[in-house]
Amino acid sequence: MSAILQGAGAGAAAALSPFNSIDSNKLVAHSRSSLSVRSKRYIVAGSDEGTNKSFGSSSLIARRSQPLMIPNAVAATKADTASSSTPSKSGHELLLFEALQEGLEEEMDRDPHVCVMGEDVGHYGGSYKVTKGLADKFGDLRVLDTPICENAFTGMGIGAAMTGLRPVIEGMNMGFLLLAFNQISNNCGMLHYTSGGQFTIPVVIRGPGGVGRQLGAEHSQRLESYFQSIPGIQMVACSTPYNAKGLMKAAIRSENPVILFEHVLLYNLKESIPDEEYICNLEEAEMVRPGEHITILTYSRMRYHAMQAAKTLVNKGYDPEVIDIRSLKPFDLHTIGNSVKKTHRVLIVEECMRTGGIGASLTAAINENFHDYLDAPVMCLSSQDVPTPYAGTLEEWTVVQPAQIVTAVEQLCQ
Amino acid sequence: MALRLRSSLSKSNFFNILRYNNLGFGTASQTTRHLRTHDPTTLLRVSQNPITRFCNTMAEKLSSVGEHEDANAQVMDFPGGKVAFTPEIKFISESSKERVPCYRVLDDNGQLITNSHFVQVSEEVAVKMYSDMVTLQIMDNIFYEAQRQGRLSFYATTIGEEAINIASAAALSPQDVIFPQYREPGVLLWRGFTLQEFANQCFGNKSDNGKGRQMPVHYGSNKLNYFTVSATIATQLPNAVGAAYSLKMDKKDACAVTYFGDGGSSEGDFHAALNFAAVMEAPVLFICRNNGWAISTPTSDQFRSDGLVVKGRAYGIRSIRVDGNDALAMYSAVHTAREMAITEERPILIEALTYRVGHHSTSDDSTRYRSADEIEWWNKARNPLSRLRTWIESNGWWSDEEESDLRSRIKKEMLEALRVAEKTEKPNLENMFSDVYDVPPLNLREQERQVRQTIKSYPQDYPSDVPL
Repeated sequence: MSAILQGAGAGAAAALSPFNSIDSNKLVAHSRSSLSVRSKRYIVAGSDEGTNKSFGSSSLIARRSQPLMIPNAVAATKADTASSSTPSKSGHELLLFEALQEGLEEEMDRDPHVCVMGEDVGHYGGSYKVTKGLADKFGDLRVLDTPICENAFTGMGIGAAMTGLRPVIEGMNMGFLLLAFNQISNNCGMLHYTSGGQFTIPVVIRGPGGVGRQLGAEHSQRLESYFQSIPGIQMVACSTPYNAKGLMKAAIRSENPVILFEHVLLYNLKESIPDEEYICNLEEAEMVRPGEHITILTYSRMRYHAMQAAKTLVNKGYDPEVIDIRSLKPFDLHTIGNSVKKTHRVLIVEECMRTGGIGASLTAAINENFHDYLDAPVMCLSSQDVPTPYAGTLEEWTVVQPAQIVTAVEQLCQ
Repeated sequence: MALRLRSSLSKSNFFNILRYNNLGFGTASQTTRHLRTHDPTTLLRVSQNPITRFCNTMAEKLSSVGEHEDANAQVMDFPGGKVAFTPEIKFISESSKERVPCYRVLDDNGQLITNSHFVQVSEEVAVKMYSDMVTLQIMDNIFYEAQRQGRLSFYATTIGEEAINIASAAALSPQDVIFPQYREPGVLLWRGFTLQEFANQCFGNKSDNGKGRQMPVHYGSNKLNYFTVSATIATQLPNAVGAAYSLKMDKKDACAVTYFGDGGSSEGDFHAALNFAAVMEAPVLFICRNNGWAISTPTSDQFRSDGLVVKGRAYGIRSIRVDGNDALAMYSAVHTAREMAITEERPILIEALTYRVGHHSTSDDSTRYRSADEIEWWNKARNPLSRLRTWIESNGWWSDEEESDLRSRIKKEMLEALRVAEKTEKPNLENMFSDVYDVPPLNLREQERQVRQTIKSYPQDYPSDVPL
C-alpha cells in the first residue's frame, strides 16, 4: 500500500478518528504543503487537459446527429492553479486506450510473468483495442484468447497468479464480470487471507464499464458498486490517458488483486503524456481543480461533467474544488478530508445508482469522519435506480448532467 | 520411478489400450502450432495472414491428406472443418448400450487379476502407500470422534476414499501442484504434512499455516504445492487450468492436478474448465471422485450421463474410468495420465469410482437417506485398505505384527497431536486484519483499533482463549 498513506497514517489516523480532538489548523497546514507537492505532479494532467483533449473519431459518438455535450465538457477548463510549470516539454500524444496499451506493453516488457487473458484479446487486439499488437509481439501464450466463460478465465487467472504469473484479466465489458463474481469474491479476494498469507494473487481485472451510447441495459452497468464490499481487493478508476497508463502499471506491480475500471466513452480521449516512465499511486485521489467553496468528489466520466459544470460555476462566481477520487476501494480519505476541512461542503457526482453505489459509501465515510467540518449535508448526485434505457434521450437523463451539478452547487452554497 | 510393466502383453499394446482412438487428426505438435510461444517465423506468418487463424488447422490437414475425393463420401466445409454428410436422419443415442468399463488390477479380495496391466510399484512405495492409508483412516476416526466429543467444531472424513487420495499422490511428483476440493487430505499426508500440522489446522491455533482463519479440513501448504482448500464447489477447476497454463509457459516438468466429486461436476466451472483445458492444451489432470453421493443427492439425481468419463470426449479430452478403491489401478492410471499430460501437453480426465463410506461431514447423518447395510457392505467387502493389504502381504512385504505396530503407533501419535493442538494458543487478534491485503490499509487499521477499543470496554464478552 502507499507509502504516503502509511507515513501520514499516524497523523491521519488521529485526525480521522472520531474519538480524538483534532488540531485542525496544524493539519490543514500540513495538508497545504503536501497538497502543493502532490499537485505539481497532477498539474501535468491538469494543464494538459485544457489543450489537447478531444474524443477523436469514436464510431459510437459519430452515430448521434445532435450536438453533444461531452466534447464541450472535455475541451474544457484549464486548471487555474498557481504553479503552472510542466515538468517536461517533451511528451507524446495518445488516446486513452493507447495509453492503457502502452502501460501494459511496458509492464510485459519489464516482467516476463505478466500475461493477458480474455476474450478476443489476442490477434483481434481486444474489443476496444487495448491489447492491439501485443499478441504479435509476445506470442499467443502470453496474450491468451479464451473461450467465453468469464468465471472460468477469471478462475484461470487466479490459479495462474497463485503459481507465479501476473495475469491481466480483461472483461470485454465490466457487466460480464458479474459471471465471474464467484471467483472474484471467493477466490481472488479471500485466498490470500484464508491461506494464511501463503499464496498471493497479484491479478489485475480490467475492462470498460459505465453508461455508453445506447449500448442497452446489460452493457451499461456500474460494477464498482457491486464489487466494493469484497474484502481483499482494491478498486481504481482511470479517467485520463495519464492516469490510465499510471494506474495500469501500478496495478500490475501491486501484490494485491486490483480491479481497474475503465469507461466505454473515455477510450478516445487524447492527451500528451510524459515520455519517461511513471506510475500513479493506487490509493491516491487526484486534485483536478483546487478551489475554496465546495468539494466536488467524482471519478471516471463524471469528472468531465464536473469540470464542465465548474466552468459555468466559475462564471457565476463560485470556486469549486474538483477531486477525482480515482481510488474506489479504499477511499483516499486523507486528500478528501483535507478538502472537506477547507471547503466544508461536499457534493459527490457519480454514475452509480443511488442505492448502494460508491457515492453511498463515500457519503457514509465522510459523514462518519468529517461530520464536524460540514456546514451542509453531503449531497450525492447519482443515476436513478433503473436499468439504463436504450432510448438516447432517456439514457442521457439517467446520467448526471453538468446543469444538475451547477444547480446542486448553488443549492449547497446558499 | 521406472516404468516397468508386469504383463504378458507387450508394452506397445498396453499403450494402445489406454491411448485415445486416433482418428488421424495428427499429432499434438501440429495442432498446437498456433499456440506455441513466441516464435518469430511462425507468428510472422500467422499475423500476415490472419484469415488462416480463423480456420481450424485440422481442416487444412484433412484437405491436404484427402485429395482423393470419393464422389460418394461427399464432405461439406463449415467453420471448424470438413464434415461428411448423410441423407439419413439419425440421432446419436443419449447413451451407449454398454457402460464404459472400469480399469482395475486387484479383485475384491486383493488378488491380482490375470493379464492385468499396471505400473509396477516398489516395496518401499507400496508399503508407504498402505501405511499412509492406515494413517489417514486412523486420523479420520480420531478427528471424527473428537468432533463428537465437542473438542473440534467440524470435520469431514475421507473414509472409503483412501486409495484415491494416497495412490494418486504417490504417482505424482512433488512439483505437481494440487488443487483439492476438501476430501483429499491424503495427498498432503503423502507429501509429508504431519499429524500435528493437520491437528493445528483443525484447531485453528497459532501454529496453523492458515493462521486459524478457515474451518477444519481446509488445509493448505505452499511448501508442499497443495493449494488452500476453498469451500466453494468446483471453483478450483479453473484455478488448476490456470496453474497448468502457467507451468506450460515456464516449461516445467510438472502438471496441475485437481480433485472434485460427482456433485462438483454439475457446476458450471467444471464444464468451462474442461473446455478451457482442452483449448489451451494445458497439462492438467482432472480426477473425479465419483463416490455416489453429494450430501444426500445420489448420482442418479446429479446427472444422466454414464458417469463422468463420457463427458471428457464432449470437450475433446482423453478420459479413463478407474476402480477408485484399487490402489494399484489408481497408481497406474495417474502415473500414465501424468506422463501424457506433460509430454503431450493435454488435459486428462480420470473418473475414480468409489463409495463415500462416511457421512458428508459431521453435520450430516447419512443413514437418513441411505441404508446402513449399504454403508456397511462397502466398508467391509470393498474396503480399499484390505485389498492393498492382501496384495502387499502376498509379496511378503507386510505382516500382522507390522499392522498392529503401525496402528498403535499412529493412534498414540494422533492422540498426542490432538492434545498438543488443543492446548496451543490461538493466533492473536491482529491476524483477523492481516493478509487481507499485503499491508493493512488505513480503514482496516482503524477497524482493528475500534475492535480493541470495544474489547477494553467489555472484556467479559471477549473470548478468553484468543490473545490480544
